[in-house]
Amino acid sequence: MTITLQIDGKEVKAREGMTILEAAQEAGIEIPTLCYHEKLKPYGACRICSVEVERKGRVRIVASCGYPVEQGLVVRTRSPRIDRIRKVIIELVAPTTMVDGDVAGEIKKLAKEYGANIHRFKSRFRAKPTRCILCGQCVRYCDEVVGEHAIGFVGRGIERRAAFFPEKARVCLTCQACFDLCPTGKIPAETDFVVFDGFSIDDYLAGKL
Amino acid sequence: MGNQKLSSAKELEELRKEILSKRRPDRIVVTVCTGTACQTYGSLEIYRKFANEIKKQGLKGAVVEAKATGCHGFCEQGPVVVIFPQEICYVKVKLEDVPEIVSATLTQGRVIERLLYEDPVTGQRIAKDPDIPFYKNQMRIVFGNNRYINPREIDGYIALGGYSALSKALLQMTPEQVLEEIKKSNLRGRGGGGFPTGIKWETTKNAPGEPKYVIVNCDEGDPGAYMDRSLMEGNPHAVLEGLIIGAYAIGSHEGFIYVRQEYPIASENTIQAIKQAEEYGFLGKNILGSGFGFNVKVHRGAGAFVSGESTALMSAIEGKVGEPKMKYIHTAVSGMKERPSCLNNVETWANVPLITNKGAEWFNSIGTEGSKGTKIFSLVGKVNNTGLVEVPMGMTLRQLIYDIGGGIPQGKKFKAVQTGGPSGGVIPEQYLDTPIDFDELTKLGSMMGSGGTVVMDEDTCMVDTARYFISFCCEESCGKCIPCREGLRTLREILSDICEGKGQEGDIEAIEDIAEVMQDASLCALGTTAANPALTTLKYFRDEYEAHIKEKRCPAKACKALTSYYIDPEKCTACMICFKNCPTEAIHGSKGIVHWIEQEKCIKCNTCFEVCPPRFSAVRRISGEPLPPPPAHGTKVIREKKR
Repeated sequence: MTITLQIDGKEVKAREGMTILEAAQEAGIEIPTLCYHEKLKPYGACRICSVEVERKGRVRIVASCGYPVEQGLVVRTRSPRIDRIRKVIIELVAPTTMVDGDVAGEIKKLAKEYGANIHRFKSRFRAKPTRCILCGQCVRYCDEVVGEHAIGFVGRGIERRAAFFPEKARVCLTCQACFDLCPTGKIPAETDFVVFDGFSIDDYLAGKL
Repeated sequence: MGNQKLSSAKELEELRKEILSKRRPDRIVVTVCTGTACQTYGSLEIYRKFANEIKKQGLKGAVVEAKATGCHGFCEQGPVVVIFPQEICYVKVKLEDVPEIVSATLTQGRVIERLLYEDPVTGQRIAKDPDIPFYKNQMRIVFGNNRYINPREIDGYIALGGYSALSKALLQMTPEQVLEEIKKSNLRGRGGGGFPTGIKWETTKNAPGEPKYVIVNCDEGDPGAYMDRSLMEGNPHAVLEGLIIGAYAIGSHEGFIYVRQEYPIASENTIQAIKQAEEYGFLGKNILGSGFGFNVKVHRGAGAFVSGESTALMSAIEGKVGEPKMKYIHTAVSGMKERPSCLNNVETWANVPLITNKGAEWFNSIGTEGSKGTKIFSLVGKVNNTGLVEVPMGMTLRQLIYDIGGGIPQGKKFKAVQTGGPSGGVIPEQYLDTPIDFDELTKLGSMMGSGGTVVMDEDTCMVDTARYFISFCCEESCGKCIPCREGLRTLREILSDICEGKGQEGDIEAIEDIAEVMQDASLCALGTTAANPALTTLKYFRDEYEAHIKEKRCPAKACKALTSYYIDPEKCTACMICFKNCPTEAIHGSKGIVHWIEQEKCIKCNTCFEVCPPRFSAVRRISGEPLPPPPAHGTKVIREKKR
């Protein structure tokens, strides 16, 4: 069934079951993402793809990667409210991804686009910068696509982090499928050469845990 | 035990009559509260001693019976013992009081004056618990049966008419009629959100997909809140009966009760209740001969505060990590195992048998336009009568805190009340006459929440309060989405800095910026509401934030880094009390020699301030102004001449 909705003033046709993000991408409308991957189930963790939706006069902010298209839905992918959300999200994750005083990759691009001050909360960031924004692409790719479950989340709240499971990490030496997914470059930068969370895969394999 | 399965309404009624007929009309029952709070005071031993003592003093079991009940609610005065039928209430009962209670009150009907509750205002001793102001102003339709029932014995619940609502629903009503009654009652979810229960049920009922699940959310975790625990511990059958009725209305044959791991008594009692209900045939196949079948399992949660969020809780029951998922398709339509799932809070389910029995009209006669029925609150913090209270919706916060709570201890001034736990906000004095109502509390920037109510007095710093709740969420959030995780982390650091006198220009704006983005963009309700304590304290107490940041002053004199202790040499009588009580030996002086505090050694524990007799009031807390120099070494006390 075809669904017609409006995105940024443009009439867009979509199929039932599609998300706003997918419909927008098909229509050539760009919405930024950090945790989205087309092969993976919608996850909704980075919230950078937040958009405004209007239905029956009621405006809501939703994550476009998970919100299913609806007939007659009005979507705005840019507005002062949305731009502020994206700006603050980048400002909040910047300190943990900072290497030598600057951010890189997708974060840097978005910071520029939304006028985020990457140093705004730097003095308030007292944790160890991990370079990881916990988008979970590596974890979910390993679960959903590779099927190895070699990497997962540990800890809760502000202590949450991603970690390789040593019993499983043997496959990582040859797989390395998650390396290209990482939006901050943490995994290739740290895992391949030296450490990931203090241990290299060799360390894990050598039973040094 | 091997109880006979009941297969009709008639058999249930006969059983009830049989239970009642075994009780002598002249029997005396001594009930001992064995809720978690009273148990920590040793109430279980008190109960056992009653049972032994009754035997020892030669009283017959049929005439005098000791009963261990669930929480009565008056936790401040625990252990609580109530003697029926006279309703004589003894408070703060000790093990050694038991023989006397048995010989005096149970045997001779004589009241022991010293064990009665003493009204702190009038100084009067009050014998019967319905006359105690704490109870008198409540309306205990849901919670009230706790004091009559041994939660581990189903017969006590049946004797009070238990499971008659189930019988009525299954045998006299269609599922549609049951649903209609709940819809008409305007019951709203007691877990916090206040979503109309009937509409939720209807959505699950009409959603395609089998099986459908019904779930009890007993993952209560707000700081200071224990309403659900006490209900689940004290009257598990009421929750169970409501759940079975709901399952019938919805068309579900499988239910779960999610009880947090930290509530061992609640989960034990629930498991026991399920076993007993199965024996009588209130669970299983063909319940009461109706043809309707339903089974329920207890799931012990080992999660965090966030596991109380509906999608997280359902993931946890599935055996996965308790983390929220996007729910643009409601869990009522696609929840556990992607099947229609109806999740309600403990208190919501416990209201169902009442509404089924007494009707929607009766329920609508209680409460306000938008919020019907009663609400159980755990009244804690700086209030005289801490405990669990149930009041009709529409009662004002002032009545709750003053008429029931007995006001603020030590004559201090009320400052604010935090409702709704970490997701709620603080409400200042000017709104104390606001009626308790889902929508009214939301308008103030707070929320009803599940019922946690923390009262704060003038000594509480509002910035520190915000910091406390934000820190709580830093650990109890799942950490999945960026606005919640990084927003909380950054808010905590900013608020800690402000409390420590390291606040900067622009901090208030940063807090607002982060908080509003968290509200707009977080994945689940924990994240969208987690900044409420910061936002409401800012809204109502902005001046306190500014004092901390600009003047490095804590107006409540609570933030240690901004407060110093000083002994006024003019007022000090060298009584040595603070000197002896100081844990770090920071106070110098001796008999007749004015005391002074060595600032480097002072850890600001507030002990000297508390122990200095009020008639001297020599210890002062100073914030935001320079500390006067200590008196010259060996300054002697100048005593006023007696007139």
